[in-house]
Amino acid sequence: MLGKLDWSAIPFDQPIPLVAGGVVLVAILGVLAWVVVRGHLPYLWHEWITSVDHKRIGVMYILLASVMLLRGGSDAIMMRIQQAVAYQSQGYLPPEHYNQIFSAHGTIMIFFVAMPFVIGLMNLVVPLQLGVRDVAFPTLNSVGFWLTATGALLVNLSLVIGEFARTGWLAFPPLSGLSYSPGVGVDYYAWSLQISGVGTLVAGINLVTTVLKLRTKGMNYLRMPMFCWTTLASNLLIVAAFPILTATLAMLLLDRYLGFHFFTNEAGGNVMMFMNLIWAWGHPEVYILVLPAFGIFSEVVSTFSGKALFGYRSMVLATMAICVISFMVWLHHFFTMGAGPDVNAIFGIASMIIAVPTGVKIYNWLFTMYGGRIRFATPMLWAVGFMVTFIIGGLTGVLVAVPPADFMLHNSMFLVAHFHNVIIGGVLFGAFAGFEYWFPKAFGFRLDERWGKAAFWFTFVGFYVTFMPLYIAGMLGMTRRLQHYDVAAWRPWMFVAAFGMAVLSVGVICQIMQLVVSIRNREALRDRTGDPWDGRSLEWATSSPPPVFNFAFNPDVRGEDAYWDMKAKAQQQSLEHDEPEYQDIEMPRNSPTGFVCAFFATIMGFALIWHIWWMVMVGGVGAFATFVVFAWRDHDEYVIPAAEVARIDRVNLEERRSLVSMAGAV
Amino acid sequence: MSMTATAGHAHADPHHIGLVIEHPGPASKRIVTAYGFWVFLLSDIVMFSCFFAAYAVLVHQTADGPKGSEIFEQRNVAIETVCLLLSSFTCGMASIAADVRNRFWFYLGMTVTCVLGLIFLVIEFREFADLVARGYGPSRSAFLSSFFSLVGCHGLHVSAGVLWLLTMMAQVFAKGFRADVLRRMMCFALFWHALDIIWVGVFSVVYLLGSAV
Repeated sequence: MLGKLDWSAIPFDQPIPLVAGGVVLVAILGVLAWVVVRGHLPYLWHEWITSVDHKRIGVMYILLASVMLLRGGSDAIMMRIQQAVAYQSQGYLPPEHYNQIFSAHGTIMIFFVAMPFVIGLMNLVVPLQLGVRDVAFPTLNSVGFWLTATGALLVNLSLVIGEFARTGWLAFPPLSGLSYSPGVGVDYYAWSLQISGVGTLVAGINLVTTVLKLRTKGMNYLRMPMFCWTTLASNLLIVAAFPILTATLAMLLLDRYLGFHFFTNEAGGNVMMFMNLIWAWGHPEVYILVLPAFGIFSEVVSTFSGKALFGYRSMVLATMAICVISFMVWLHHFFTMGAGPDVNAIFGIASMIIAVPTGVKIYNWLFTMYGGRIRFATPMLWAVGFMVTFIIGGLTGVLVAVPPADFMLHNSMFLVAHFHNVIIGGVLFGAFAGFEYWFPKAFGFRLDERWGKAAFWFTFVGFYVTFMPLYIAGMLGMTRRLQHYDVAAWRPWMFVAAFGMAVLSVGVICQIMQLVVSIRNREALRDRTGDPWDGRSLEWATSSPPPVFNFAFNPDVRGEDAYWDMKAKAQQQSLEHDEPEYQDIEMPRNSPTGFVCAFFATIMGFALIWHIWWMVMVGGVGAFATFVVFAWRDHDEYVIPAAEVARIDRVNLEERRSLVSMAGAV
Repeated sequence: MSMTATAGHAHADPHHIGLVIEHPGPASKRIVTAYGFWVFLLSDIVMFSCFFAAYAVLVHQTADGPKGSEIFEQRNVAIETVCLLLSSFTCGMASIAADVRNRFWFYLGMTVTCVLGLIFLVIEFREFADLVARGYGPSRSAFLSSFFSLVGCHGLHVSAGVLWLLTMMAQVFAKGFRADVLRRMMCFALFWHALDIIWVGVFSVVYLLGSAV
C-alpha cells in the first residue's frame, strides 16, 4: 500500500535533521496559521499563487531562491565547522550525514538557489526591457515556477522522511546505482531534478520565444539591452542542455528501477558515458547561470557610470561566443580519466579560449567606468566586487584547464575554491546586484543603503577569508569531501575558512536586516518617479511597481539606451503633451493551473520515490486532467478599459514630468 | 509621426536588403505559439539525440546476449514505418481540414491518424513483449537496455500523441474551430510530424544498420 515507506524512514535517532525539520515545520505552520487567521488567504491565492503576471512570478522565483539560500547556507556552515573540528577525530557529524549534507548543499545551491534567482530576475525584467506586456506563454510560466517549487519541496522533504543522496551533487554511478546506493536518497535527488528540470525547460522556451518574437516596435536586435542578450543566450543554453540532463537522469532511473544496464558495472554498462552526458549538460549549466549575471553587471555598470555601455556590439558577440563555446569544453571535467593526451589537449585549449570573450567583457566594463561619473550605490559595489573576484576565479580556472596542472589539482580543495570563486563571485554577486538594482522597480521603494553596503562588505571580505584558504589547502594536497583528516598542515586553513564562514553569515544577517529596515521605512524610501537610479533602459520608463499591463502604450524605440534617449528628447522639447488616446488592454486571466499541476507533480514525485504505484497513477491522471480543464476554459483574457488605463497612467505621467522638468532646470 | 517614419523605411528598402530594418513589434499569437512549440520540439530532439548517442556507445555491448541482427524483424519494421508515414499524411489532411473549418474531413483525418498510430503501437508492443518472453528483456545487456529505451521513448511519445489527438478531437467537438483550438491543432501537427522525423532516425540507425551487423 505504501511501497517502501514505513516508520523507519523518519530518522528518530538523528537529532540534527529532526530538530531542523521540526523547526521548519513549526515555522511553516505558523506562517500558514497567521495567513489564514488574518484573512490573507484569498489575497495570496488571487494575487500571487494563481497569478500569471511575469513580475509576480519573478518575485516568487526570487523568494524561493532566497529561502533555499538559507537552507543551502546552513549546510555550508555545518560543513565548515565539521572540517575545522575533524582533525584526527570524527567531528560532530557522522559520515553518513556529512555525505548527505555536501550532496544537498551542491544540489540546492545550483538548482534551487542560483537557477530560480536568475530565472526570477529574467522573468521580472526582460518583458519590461523589451517594452512588452507579458512573456510569450504566461500560464506556462506559472507552471514552470510551481514545478521548480515542487523540486525544492521534495529535496527538503528528504530531510525528515527518508534520506538524501550521499553521492555528491551530480550522483556519479556506479556509486549512485542500486547496488551502492540502495536507499531512497538518489531517488529523491533524481526525481526532484527531473520535475524542476521540466520547469526550467518551460521557462527557457518561454524566455527564448519572448526575446525573439515579442519585442516592441523598433526594438531591433542591436538595440536590446545587454541583459536581454544574455537572457537569450542563457535560455538558448537551457533549451539545448536541459534535455540532456533529463535523458541522463532517465537512464540512471531506468538502471535503478528496472534493472537496465546503462551505467552499471555488469552486462556492458558504461560509467564514462554518464560522465560525458552529465557534463555535456553540466558545463553549459555554469554559463546558463553566469551569463545573466554578466547582463546584470552590464546594466548596473552603465547606469551607475552614467555612460552607454562601452563596446556594446563586442559584448553581444562575446555573449554569443560564450554561448557556443560552452558546449565544447565539457570533457575538461575528467581530464584525469584516461581520455588520452590528444583529446585532453583539444578540450584544454577550448577551455582556455572561452576566457577570451570573458576577458572582452571585463575590459568593456572597465572602459565603461573609465571617464564616467561613477556612483557607488550598493548594486555598483557588487559589480566592482565581482570584477576583482571573478578575475581571480577565472585565472585559477585557466590554470585548471591546463591538463598537466589538472592532474595535480583534480578533486582537490583548489577546485572547490575555484568554482566557489566563480559561482559566488559571479552568479551570487550578480544576483545580489540585480536584487538591489531592480528591487525599487518591483516594489516601489528602495532598499536601505547603509545595511546594503554593510551586507556587501561582510560578504565580500567573508568570501575571501573563507575561500582563499581552500586554495592553499588544495595546494597542500587536501582533497574535497573529506569527513575527517589527519594532516596537521591543513588544520589552520580550515580554522580560517570556518572564521570566514562566520563573517559571511554576518553578511547574510545584514541582508535580512536590510529587508526588514527597508520595509519598515518604506514610506521614506518610496520611489514615485519609477526611475530611482536615472536608468537607461525601458523598465525605468514605467511606474514602480509597474501596472499589470506594464506600459499604457507599447514604446517606440529609436536607438540603444531607449529610455535615456526619451529623457534627453523630453528635456529638449517642451514637456506639454496632449493627453494621449488610451485604449482598452487585453491581459491574460489568472489561472490555478500551475499550482494544481505542481500539486499533482509533488504527489507523483513522492510516490515514485517510495514506489507507491497507485499514487503515481493518481498524480499522473491529475496532472493530465489539470491541463484538459485548462484547455477547456472559454475566456482566457480580460479587458482593462481605457478609462482605467488612463487613470493608472496619469499618476505616473505627472511624476515623470516633474522629474524631467526638474532635471531640465538643473 | 512614428508610423510615417517606419513606413518611410519600408519604402526606401522594399526588399529588406539594408542592415537597419525597423522591428515591427510583437508577433501575432499564432506565430508566437508555433515558434515556442518549435523550440520545444528542438529540445525534445536534443533529448532523443542523447538516447541515440547512448545506443551508439552501447550497441556492441551485448554481454553474450543477442545482437541486433538476431532479433530485428524487417517485415514488422516496414509495416510500422508505412503506418507512421501514412499517418503523417492523414494528419496533414486533418490540419488542412481544420484550416478550412471542415468538420467531416477533420474527424476523418484524425480518426485515420489515430488508427494508424495505434497499429504502430500494437506492433511495437508485440515486438517488445516477444523479446521479453524470449529472455531478451532490457536488463539482459547494455545493448538491449539502450535499444528498449530509444525505441520505447519514441513509442511513449506516440502514445502521448494519441492521447493528445483524442483530446484535440474532443476539443473541436466541444468548442469548434476556435482560434486557440486551431493553435493547439497546429502544435499537435508539428509534434506528430516531428515523431515521424525521429522515427526515420530510429529506423535507419537501429533497424537498418543493426540488421547489417
